[in-house]
Amino acid sequence: MKLKTFERGVHPSYNKELTADKAVVRAGLPGRVIIPLSQHIGAPCEPVVKKGDEVSEGQKIGEATSFVSAPVHSSISGKVKDIVMHPHPSGARALAVVIEGDGETRDWESDGGGFDLDALGPEEIRGLIRDAGIVGLGGATFPTSVKLSPPKGSRIDSVILNGCECEPFLTADHRIMVEESEKVVLGLKAIMKTVGAGSGYIGIEDNKPDAIEAIKAAVSSLAPDIRIVLLETKYPQGAEKMLIDAVLGRKVPVGKLPLDVGVVVNNIGTAAAIYEAIRYRKPVIERVVTVSGNGVKEPKNLLVRIGTTFDEVISQCGGLVDGMEKEVLSGGPMMGVAQKTLEVPVVKGTSGITVLAGSEIKPATHKPCIRCASCVDACPMGLMPYKIADMGRLGMTDDFKSWSGLACIECGCCSFVCPAKRPLVQWIRVGKVRLREAERSSSK
Amino acid sequence: MMDKTRQVGEESKAGARGSTPGGSGDGPLIVSSSPHLLTADNIPKIMHSVVAALLPACAVSIYFFGIRALLLIAVSVAACIATERAIQRFLGKPSTIADGSAIITGILLALTLPPSFPLLGAVLGSVFAIAIGKHIFGGLGYNIFNPALLGRAFLQAAYPVLITTWVEPFTRGFDVDAIAAATPLALMKFEGQMTPHLDLLFGNISGSLGETSAVAIIIGGLYLRYKGYINWKLPLGYLGSMAFFGGIFWLMNPSRYPDPLFHVLAGGAMLGAWFMVTDMVTSPTTPKGQWIFAIAAGAIAVIIRLFGGLPEGVMYSILLLNSVVPLINRWTRPKVFGEVSS
Repeated sequence: MKLKTFERGVHPSYNKELTADKAVVRAGLPGRVIIPLSQHIGAPCEPVVKKGDEVSEGQKIGEATSFVSAPVHSSISGKVKDIVMHPHPSGARALAVVIEGDGETRDWESDGGGFDLDALGPEEIRGLIRDAGIVGLGGATFPTSVKLSPPKGSRIDSVILNGCECEPFLTADHRIMVEESEKVVLGLKAIMKTVGAGSGYIGIEDNKPDAIEAIKAAVSSLAPDIRIVLLETKYPQGAEKMLIDAVLGRKVPVGKLPLDVGVVVNNIGTAAAIYEAIRYRKPVIERVVTVSGNGVKEPKNLLVRIGTTFDEVISQCGGLVDGMEKEVLSGGPMMGVAQKTLEVPVVKGTSGITVLAGSEIKPATHKPCIRCASCVDACPMGLMPYKIADMGRLGMTDDFKSWSGLACIECGCCSFVCPAKRPLVQWIRVGKVRLREAERSSSK
Repeated sequence: MMDKTRQVGEESKAGARGSTPGGSGDGPLIVSSSPHLLTADNIPKIMHSVVAALLPACAVSIYFFGIRALLLIAVSVAACIATERAIQRFLGKPSTIADGSAIITGILLALTLPPSFPLLGAVLGSVFAIAIGKHIFGGLGYNIFNPALLGRAFLQAAYPVLITTWVEPFTRGFDVDAIAAATPLALMKFEGQMTPHLDLLFGNISGSLGETSAVAIIIGGLYLRYKGYINWKLPLGYLGSMAFFGGIFWLMNPSRYPDPLFHVLAGGAMLGAWFMVTDMVTSPTTPKGQWIFAIAAGAIAVIIRLFGGLPEGVMYSILLLNSVVPLINRWTRPKVFGEVSS
């Protein structure tokens, strides 16, 4: 089969071998979890428990009060100790429910019903997805029930499952495809039914042959009409727009959404979670987290309860290496967020914890731009990063806008290839903020 | 202006130090913005590769022209480094000598000079190249013109006779006055006499240090291409354009105009195509712009060679196009992904 892909992009060292062959193991039950009430894009939840309440595993503790939102659930059985502001892996602080565990666990699979999509209508599936608090588990964390509610008049013909996992180090989706291929395929069928799409695709990069085999087997026995698309291993193949371009040859217009070209893209883990929500009524209370990087003693793929602190997760992987400087990332090294404390909890969007150490950590200084054009040749969005980065840095908001700075998806290709080590993405982020500020003040 | 792109995060309250598992010797965590993974390439690596790529051409020039060639190269490089250091010390800027770009300017300038050129002249050219060609604009990355070519243009104005006084290969010693010879381009232009292609290829001709052997330059250029440090569009576009436009005139009158192969092998075409047109700082950054830049420069070089007052047009063709690079970039912006044409 010929490999499909998008234009430009980069080839970082993927470092998947640290965990790619390691089966997912369940992390030890945490004694205490810290569950932020904002784990998604959209309005934070309102707490529906109070200090001192007993909660059971899977009980709703935060209610979504607006359309673009998703409820949160207790990931363990125990008692609410506190509801406080707590550091969040996004870098900010957020209101979080602290639960002290009582050691009880629940076997979701024993009391599951069947998985009969024919008995469910789109509205019912959407309701189950919303009740389970499912969000984009690849890291974008957009509420899935909202994504699967296309506005009136728009028609979705295709659903693509994103099995690229193009971030270096991360292997969570890879392991889910290998170990839970049937859940993934049936989850995709549920999504297709919800949005009324006739075609389903699973896009997988060619560096995961075992995942491709497993998904092929599941597709041929469960849903032969679903097509598997082999993609070139290239970053950012898993970026939504790049994936749609590679799989279907459709380009999402600037400022538009995939549904504007008739497509919905979901992550592999999200599809598996949708299956579990339908079959077992199980909410998102745990997820697969790849703990990797040379700063971790024993890299692993762990099934971690939401709210477990990074500190505790890392301790189950042998702890951090000694001596060297370390940088702990929520996510992978291309788009992950550096953490200043290990007290942050694993949230729904935590696909990995990557710990870089010593010489892996990038230099702190940068040199002048030598106009080598590497960033222009790398940018998957067809931008001129060195120019818009300078416009952002210097506050040239009009130029930043006319050179399409807002189209930047912050994938990091430009900074990655820059021989002068210029923090281009960071300056473009600054440019976006400055442009929005300028537009806000001029519209007043 | 130093932007703070990385800062050491405040120490974790619950103890990155105390309770972090495995944590003896754990300091505060590093916090920086994404991406956290960067390519291994850096500016000194690129520049040093370019220096390495120029070594074959240097070696061949020393083989043909002996100690004069070696001295010219050494003096130019030393003068470029000294000028850069002096300017940066005067301005209180950190030294950038280690990045290797001044060495490249020195070698390239030397390679554009005749073997008999006075060493003091080479020093003047080097000072001009670094001071006016580079640092007056703000240093590496900010210059509009290729510094070595600007230095050479200065010497062309300052020493119009000496810079067009050539010697035959294997002329040894310093007494070169008596044995002046003409370059293949001058022979073509003023005498209507053609030099065999094989001599052009291997360098058994008179000319500037770097104009002699096309093969030595191609070897260096291919090495840089292999390392990924030059964009193939630029040398290909430049040489292809010279061959194309030169070929048109050749087809019209083969007895008067040289053939396409002569154009790309003679004079500074190879050196210019592989090491000056490809100068990252002074060439366009957009794919379309790179084609326009290279093809236009090639056409201008041919026009100067055939119809201008000078036998060689490589230098001015590149300098001329250098001056419009910002415009070319602006006019040839790549198509943004998903952009709706309006």
